Amino acid sequence: MDMHNKFIDINDVEMVFHTKKGSFHALRDINLTVQKGEFITLIGHSGCGKSTLLNLIAGLLKPSDGLLLCANREIAGPSPERSVVFQNHSLLPWLTCYENIFLGVERVFGATENRTQLRDRTRAALALVGLTAAESKRPNEISGGMKQRVGIARALAMEPKVLLMDEPFGALDALTRAHLQDELLKIVAKTESTVVMVTHDVDEAVLLSDRIVMMTNGPAATIGEILEVKLARPRERVALAQDARYSEYRTTVLEFLYRKQAHPAKEAA
Amino acid sequence: MSAVMDTMMNDKPAPATAEVAIPAAVAVPKVKKTKAARRNLPFAGWLMKILPPVTGLAFLVLVWQIVAAKTGNFPTPLVTLQEAIKLFSDPFYRTGPNDQGIGWNVLASLQRVAIGFGMAALVGIPLGFMIGRVRFLSGMFGPIISLLKPVSPLAWLPIGLLVFKSANPAAIWSIFICSIWPMIINTAVGVQRVPQDYMNVARVLNLSEWKILTKILFPSVLPYMLTGVRLAIGTAWLVIVAAEMLTGGVGIGFWVWDEWNNLNVPHIIIAIVVIGVVGLILEQLLVALAKAFTYEEVSS
Repeated sequence: MDMHNKFIDINDVEMVFHTKKGSFHALRDINLTVQKGEFITLIGHSGCGKSTLLNLIAGLLKPSDGLLLCANREIAGPSPERSVVFQNHSLLPWLTCYENIFLGVERVFGATENRTQLRDRTRAALALVGLTAAESKRPNEISGGMKQRVGIARALAMEPKVLLMDEPFGALDALTRAHLQDELLKIVAKTESTVVMVTHDVDEAVLLSDRIVMMTNGPAATIGEILEVKLARPRERVALAQDARYSEYRTTVLEFLYRKQAHPAKEAA
Repeated sequence: MSAVMDTMMNDKPAPATAEVAIPAAVAVPKVKKTKAARRNLPFAGWLMKILPPVTGLAFLVLVWQIVAAKTGNFPTPLVTLQEAIKLFSDPFYRTGPNDQGIGWNVLASLQRVAIGFGMAALVGIPLGFMIGRVRFLSGMFGPIISLLKPVSPLAWLPIGLLVFKSANPAAIWSIFICSIWPMIINTAVGVQRVPQDYMNVARVLNLSEWKILTKILFPSVLPYMLTGVRLAIGTAWLVIVAAEMLTGGVGIGFWVWDEWNNLNVPHIIIAIVVIGVVGLILEQLLVALAKAFTYEEVSS
């Protein structure tokens, strides 16, 4: 039961970067637990350390102090069980969409499964994001939205325990973004994934999340408030637009971001 | 109409520049499709591409002609052309070790470059990878490379003669020395500049060191490596001519020196053109190769 409630467990995490210009205290006093199957978004102004927190969960960074656990084991480094969808997709440009996904699949399942099974997994991941037709295309031959979908497929194909997404739709136009959010909702419902996602888009956070983790401004940023979004699933964008609770959640987040934590640039002005 | 006449007249001396004109000719159909109404524009564009190089060559020949007319012992363009026709009518004759056709001489030089250059690639590229990946090695080899890189490869020729006790391997040794620096340096820089995003992917996917090398490092370093290879082949081709002048035997550099001893100036001029054309072809081959292996960077 404990494992179910505290699938990811972040205890008193501090993050200090030591650079040539001196040390920078990025995160302080971070405590957060994520349940299995939960969809969490991290929201805050730029520079608040939300990507740093995600990289800590990914294991790409090590905390200066404190402890991060995933399924009761310390997060000691990156692992396919916590796969990451990067902001800039990070597909390898010399591999086709299929090969990009296969690279991860082969690493995770190569020891236990035969070639056919690996191929089926890769094809299934492509089908999940609706890109079966693009499997032999290179990243430079497909659109930005399609690249991001391949990135999601690559992450999901490894059957991760946690899916970590760093502003995955940040660079896309509004229509493509909405389309991919809807697809992500369907995929997450189907795969019952645990997701931690960094965003700066309030609507995206309310639409997708079970809980929204709102972060204070840096330096030495921490978790300001956590908002539980109790909207029934499956969620439908157009219907929610007229839902009173949806607007309420939205207002709460906006109030946090623009009243309580006015943008650092504005404070300076 | 007058434009048509101009090109027709300009076309006649053009064969020498045919290589230069090819890109222009390829570009024409595209323009034609987009704007059918401005029908004479593609033709004018083509003319503008071919006219400057042809004018440049004509100017060069003119200056040459004037210089030749003023001094007595310098051959005119026409004499040189006649000599060239004679020379190229039988490039592969062989009457003795020191009297071979120009084709054999060029091939002998190319063979030396290929061997020296190939060995430099075999040593330099893996060394570049290691220097780029391991900071200790980079600190270890950095000063040595900085010290030896500016040394003329010909200064190494006596060492080659001493060690190999023969002219041919000594010339190859010079080529090896001059080709290896750009290959080491460019490969190492390429490895150091592999985007952090790709390395993060490697870490999240937990790829093995072999997979990182073959699927991430090698493809992303390849464009840098090919730049190094291109710089190296350029220098190698410069150096072989000088090295062969010193070592003798068969080879285009030796041939130039031999013709100087015979006071056959037209042949020297022909050799200069041949060396230039071969160098240009080598360079273009590698540019084409580099283009085929260049990928877009990550940045949505």
